[in-house]
Amino acid sequence: MEHESVPLYWRNIPAYYRLVAKRCKKCGEVYYPPVVKCTKCGSAELEDYQLPHEGELVEFTVLRSVPTDFLKQKPLVIGLVKLGPVKVLGQIVDAMPEKLKPGQRMEVVFRRVVVDGKYGLVMYGYKFRPRP
Amino acid sequence: MKVGIVSWGAYIPKYRIRTEDIAATWGDDPQRIIDIYLVYEKSVEGYDEDAVTIATEAARRALRRGNVDPKKIGAVYSGTESKPYAVKPISSILIDALGLPNNVFAVDMEFACKAASDGIVAITGLVESGRIEYGLAVGTDTSQGEPGEHLDYSASSGGVAYVIGKDGVAAEFEAIYTYNSDTPDFWRREGSPYPMHGEGFTGEPAYFRHVVGAAKGVMEKYGYKVSDFAYAIFHQPNGRFPMRAATILGFPPEKVKPGIVVTHIGNTYNASALMGLARVLEQAKPGDKILLVTFGSGAGSNAFVLNVTDAVLERQKADVPKVDEMLADKIYVDYATYLKNRKMIKLFE
Repeated sequence: MEHESVPLYWRNIPAYYRLVAKRCKKCGEVYYPPVVKCTKCGSAELEDYQLPHEGELVEFTVLRSVPTDFLKQKPLVIGLVKLGPVKVLGQIVDAMPEKLKPGQRMEVVFRRVVVDGKYGLVMYGYKFRPRP
Repeated sequence: MKVGIVSWGAYIPKYRIRTEDIAATWGDDPQRIIDIYLVYEKSVEGYDEDAVTIATEAARRALRRGNVDPKKIGAVYSGTESKPYAVKPISSILIDALGLPNNVFAVDMEFACKAASDGIVAITGLVESGRIEYGLAVGTDTSQGEPGEHLDYSASSGGVAYVIGKDGVAAEFEAIYTYNSDTPDFWRREGSPYPMHGEGFTGEPAYFRHVVGAAKGVMEKYGYKVSDFAYAIFHQPNGRFPMRAATILGFPPEKVKPGIVVTHIGNTYNASALMGLARVLEQAKPGDKILLVTFGSGAGSNAFVLNVTDAVLERQKADVPKVDEMLADKIYVDYATYLKNRKMIKLFE
């Protein structure tokens, strides 16, 4: 299976692990995933911006045909969660899809996202689950 | 102010398997198994969880409960016997998962189920010496048991984290005592997927000798008696051992039961007694004294005497899931899902 390279994963650790976004110093626009240039005002001056670890479920869908890295996790529940100023896409875990409702409180959890075979790196990152 | 527990966080994965479902798979009489171990069900990690993710969740809750700035943490020690990597620490992953500074002492500790409490001991020393302001000790496991063997009924998953410091202490460490020896009660060789037991060594020469030895040691050396304690918490490989240790030491059941969690989540190894402590701290009153005795095979015990302070009331009010809430928040899985979630089904990779 083709995975993100180890150096690229390592560079993305603050975003993957802790949801560190970027905010434009000039116009205040927040970006997640982080960007290197503000698409709103064009400024290249961006700073780290910590997203909250709780938010509201905007919408979700259930995938039964899934990417190869997730074949053993069918069905895959993918949701859009509003975290402060941005909406973030991610996997929803520990939930029965029939019980999920837009508007409900969600929390960010830390999980294994991609495991590179038997000997490679375990790549961790954020997922969402209903707030207990 | 004495060094002590500033804050704590616990994490129990949401999935459970009932003892009767394990027994049905392997042809055991479920009532007999429950009578032997007093474990009715046990926690099971999700397919995408491991000792790292469990440690992260517990530690995030500990920082949140005490409103502790991660940048003030000067040491992170993880006790585990289920590392996802043979070589690559959990503790270094925690640095970035929690946003700790890079100037943080970080190491994984191994002494079967006792290692996390050794992390507490080491961090207490670092805080007492003034080398660090706060330290984070984590106990995390997705413990192994051969399917169909006795451990299959108890080995489970969970994590706890304790912020240790001098400022804002909710439970002071009044005394610490340790009791260790070379006792071949339980081991897992490099590369072996499951541990083995030394026949007949699990109880008297291992658990009871060390747990009772450490408890008696701390009470005799520092002048405590049973009546001084509101609670006594012992490592809990099953539901019977801690109650028997309490009887040997003279503790009445009502002082021990609040710290018992094994009956409904199984043995979370490095999080076992420390999960019991989290549950007790969530109901303790200022002035209560707690005896905590951990145990790790191989074998050894650490005994702690804690004195609960006024700050516990503030910590109890924090918006962090309580152990009792997690015990009740569960999804039952069947034996096949249990094997899948525990990564025990061989797949092409």
